[in-house]
Amino acid sequence: MKGPSIGTVYRWELTKLRYQKRTYLGLGAATIVPILFVLAIHFRHDRRGGDFAFASYLTRSGLAVPLVILLFGAVWMFPLITALVAGDIFASEDHNGTLKTIFTRSLERGQIFAGKALAAATYAVAAILINGTVAVVAGSIQSGFNSLQSLSGTIVSAPKSLELVYVSLLVYLIPIATIVCIGLLLSSVTRNSAAAVVGTLMVSLLFQLLGILPGLTGLQPYLLSTQFNAWQGLLRTPIDWAPIIRAAWVCAMYGIPALAAAFLVFLRRDVAGG
Amino acid sequence: MTDAPPVEVRGLVKRYGDLTAVAGVDLTVDTGDVYGYLGPNGAGKTTSLRMMLGLIRPSAGSVRLFGRDPLLSVRALDGVAGFVEAPTFYPYLTGRRNLELLAAYDGFGAASRLDEALDTVELADRASDRVGGYSHGMKQRLGIAAALLRDPKLMVLDEPATGLDPAGMRDMRLLIRRLADQGITVVLSSHLLAEVEELCNRVAIVRSGKIVYEGAIAELKRSAGTTYRLSTTDDERALAVCRAQRGIRDVRMQHARIGFAADEGAVAELSQALIEAGTLIRMLAPQTVTLEDLFFSLTEGVDGDHAGVGEPQPLEAAR
Repeated sequence: MKGPSIGTVYRWELTKLRYQKRTYLGLGAATIVPILFVLAIHFRHDRRGGDFAFASYLTRSGLAVPLVILLFGAVWMFPLITALVAGDIFASEDHNGTLKTIFTRSLERGQIFAGKALAAATYAVAAILINGTVAVVAGSIQSGFNSLQSLSGTIVSAPKSLELVYVSLLVYLIPIATIVCIGLLLSSVTRNSAAAVVGTLMVSLLFQLLGILPGLTGLQPYLLSTQFNAWQGLLRTPIDWAPIIRAAWVCAMYGIPALAAAFLVFLRRDVAGG
Repeated sequence: MTDAPPVEVRGLVKRYGDLTAVAGVDLTVDTGDVYGYLGPNGAGKTTSLRMMLGLIRPSAGSVRLFGRDPLLSVRALDGVAGFVEAPTFYPYLTGRRNLELLAAYDGFGAASRLDEALDTVELADRASDRVGGYSHGMKQRLGIAAALLRDPKLMVLDEPATGLDPAGMRDMRLLIRRLADQGITVVLSSHLLAEVEELCNRVAIVRSGKIVYEGAIAELKRSAGTTYRLSTTDDERALAVCRAQRGIRDVRMQHARIGFAADEGAVAELSQALIEAGTLIRMLAPQTVTLEDLFFSLTEGVDGDHAGVGEPQPLEAAR
């Protein structure tokens, strides 16, 4: 007979997510947005592209679809989908009054924190990968599984482009992980799901706002919002690793303190309610 | 498990800013006790219980469960189970799923006790329903089942009968009695003083965050002395005799009877004194002192007045 572990919490947190509406709301949005996007391309009368990366390729290769969604999803869609679970995962225990129930079993608070954090991260990874996969499939049905033109102007074969799409999704997970950390912190501190979800989204939008304020352009490379574009380095020939490396340490700069603060709050908090 | 007592609390204090919720609680629960933890609302009972289970950090003082500090490690809760205030569960999961989750969080074979725990609280039939649809009583019973998963040596139950109908309260009482008979030490916080009196051998009574009595119920009753009611052929003269008699306390007229407190020896001397004064006794009857009487005498006095400790004030007079 063995004792419980972080893995026990992780598995049960995933089980609990399966029973909660917000999980399906988030994953449903991640699924349906690419389909709506492709439908919009299909029914658009003006076949010319917009003035953003890969715009002109939307009707020529379905592989441009996930990349364009990554571009626009950074503003609020992906932060919101991520925050739906990360912002709720501790606060829902307060809402249900169940912290006292799980804190009086055989698990240390640190184990519970780790299991929950991993579950929130897993959900975020699932949302991004589902979104990307649906976008690839729907885009390919609409515009074909064709080669892409890189941001440097070179033509990249369809299989290589598919590989780059998935690596881009992985790079995109770097700032998403930071959003998870911020969501966990607000969930732990506010003990209120709605406040934590909206708060996480507000933090994300605040970074976007700082990025467009005149006079703050020097800050731009160090803003969280900028790191959502790091994947574009992969779409250059040769690959530009600089934005990706910067994304890793800038996101760590925001994410690690947020995660550490969430951990300490969770570890030391009094459970006076419920 | 060690030889250390199941619960040992020393100098426990909890402050929230200027408010002191618990002001220096000391108590010891010995193995096999069914220990009542009593006090009016806001006296600090639940805060104390939460500190005992490591849910709240004390501002000062210490808690040891079987000699271990629950703040240092959750291992201190090995063999300890129960709930504070109402037991809580995930409303979107079934009763069984909730218990499966808690059994997984307990580990060490807790899952093998799940069916037995459901049978014990007679919830097996409703185990596949979502907890969100459970009545209050069913949640209370599920709380007991969740506690039983841990194969506890000590159970901490905070108002387990609250919100139950009379049959539910009776069943809960029988269940606690059965647990105690199995050798489980029980700490029971309850407003139902008759229930505590029936189930518990020892109590702590808390008022304004402080323990005003801790010990055996029998000792508490003994220390309160016994009250008597007296009716004579001449109550006015009898009243004067009572007031003059050594060992007779708190003499007053009550519903056309004389009431007083005294021990047995003093009562024998009083009866002789009454006869010598030419007053014949029509009725002299001891009054049963209930835990409720003692509780009110200890908790409704002037705040900070500890006259009641070990020497409760006369009951009727204290009201």
